[in-house]
Amino acid sequence: MRITQGAFSFLPDLTDTQIAAQIEYCLRNDWAVAIEFTDDPHPRNTYWSMWGHPMFDLADAAGAMQALRECRAARPGHYIRINAFDPSAGWETVRLSFIVGRPAVEPGFRLVRREGPGRTLHYTLESYAVGRQPEGERYAT
Amino acid sequence: MTQPLAAPTDTIDLAAEYREAGVADVLDRLDAELVGLAPVKRRVREIAALLLVDRVRARLGLASTPPSLHMCFTGNPGTGKTTLALRMAEILQRLGYVRKGHVVAVTRDDLVGQFIGHTAPKTKEVLKRAMGGVLFIDEAYYLFRPENEKDYGQEAIEILLQVMENQRDDLVVILAGYADRMDRFFESNPGMKSRIAHHVEFPDYSNAELAQIAERMLADWNYRFDAAGRAAFDDYLRHRRAKPHFANARSVRNALDRMRLRQALRLFDGATPIDPDDLQILTDADVRASRHFRPTPPTLVGQAPPDEEIDAYDPDRIPERSDY
Repeated sequence: MRITQGAFSFLPDLTDTQIAAQIEYCLRNDWAVAIEFTDDPHPRNTYWSMWGHPMFDLADAAGAMQALRECRAARPGHYIRINAFDPSAGWETVRLSFIVGRPAVEPGFRLVRREGPGRTLHYTLESYAVGRQPEGERYAT
Repeated sequence: MTQPLAAPTDTIDLAAEYREAGVADVLDRLDAELVGLAPVKRRVREIAALLLVDRVRARLGLASTPPSLHMCFTGNPGTGKTTLALRMAEILQRLGYVRKGHVVAVTRDDLVGQFIGHTAPKTKEVLKRAMGGVLFIDEAYYLFRPENEKDYGQEAIEILLQVMENQRDDLVVILAGYADRMDRFFESNPGMKSRIAHHVEFPDYSNAELAQIAERMLADWNYRFDAAGRAAFDDYLRHRRAKPHFANARSVRNALDRMRLRQALRLFDGATPIDPDDLQILTDADVRASRHFRPTPPTLVGQAPPDEEIDAYDPDRIPERSDY
C-alpha cells in the first residue's frame, strides 16, 4: 500500500529534477530546507529522524540535492521527506513537506480490532513492516 | 563528411551575443571602478571571451567539454583579489556558468574542524552554501600544514577536490593568496594544481594608482584632500611603501581612517567655528602627523617594536595575518 503523506503524495514519485525545482521554489521564498527519514510509516509518527541540520543559508538547490543523495545512500529502504520552514512569523513554521524517497515494497497496514466492555470495538492501525522487524531492518532488501 | 549536423549557414554575431549576455556592462564597470590592474583586467576579458565563445559553440552543437572554471588569484595583500572575485561571480552568472552568482568567502577556520570527525561536516556545510555560486577561499595555503601530518586540513582539501571535480556545474572555486606561498601549496598538492585552469596574478599598485584609489575612497566618504594634503599624501605613500607590512590598497584605507581620526580631533580641539568645508577637507597636518614620517626610534630590548603596538589597534586586523 502506497503511503500518502504530505504534498504531492498522490502523484507519481517526483524525479530528481522535479525535487530540485520544488527546493528551488522553497529557497526563493526564503524557507529553510531540512531532510528527515524514518522506517515507521504510521501516519501519527510525526517525529522522523533528521538528516543533518536544516540548511539555513542555502542559495541553490544543488546543496540540498547533494545531502539528499547522501541520505539515500546511507539509509536505503527508508522513507525520506523534505520539509521547508518559513521563519517569517518569528518562529519556524513548516510550509511544505513532501516525500522524496520510499522503500521499494510497502506492505501496508493491518486493521487491529480490540473488543472492549459491552462488546464495543476499538480500531487501530498497525504497519506490517513495523511489526515484523526492528527499526532499521524493516524494509531491508 | 565529418561536419557537425547543425553546421552554421550564416555568420554569428559575437558582438550581439556579448551585448545580450550583459557581460559588457560588468567588464566596463570593472574597467571604470578598479584603478590600475591592467594585466588582471586583460585576463578577465580573456576568460569572459573564452566562456562566451564556448557558449556559442555549445549552442551550435560543436562538441566541447564544459570548461573548467576554478581559478587561483595570487598577489600581495590589498591588491583587489576579493573585489575581483565578486565581479567574477557576476560575470560567470551573466554567462550562465553559475546559477546564482553569490560569493561565499571563507578561510581555513570555516573549513577545517577542531577534532576528528569535525572537518568533513564543516567543509560540506560550506560547500552546500556555496553551491550555485562561487566559493572564495582566502589564504588557501593555510589549509595545508606540512609540519603537522595529523592536520585536518588535508581532509578538507580532499573533500574540496572531489566536489571541484564532480560538481563542476554547481560550484566554482577561487583560491586566493600570496604568490610564493600559493606556489608551495600547489607543489605539495598537485591534485589541486591540475584542477585549476586559470591563474590570475595581481601586480602591486604604483604610488600614483594608490593615490588615485585614496581619492576615490575619500570621495565615497565625502572627504577630500586640499592641495597641500594631497602632496603630503604622495610623500606619505613613498614613506609607507618602504616600511614593513605594506598592504597596498588596504594600507591606504587604514591610513585614511587614521587621518580622519586626526582631522576630527583637530576640529574638536580648534576653538574657531567651522564651516561645512572644514568637515570635508583633510589637510597637510592631518597627513604629516602620521608615525611613518617620524624617524624610527631604536627598539629597546624586550619591548615590542612600536609598529606592531599601533597596528594592534586596527579593528580589521586578524592576529595571524602579517600583511598590515
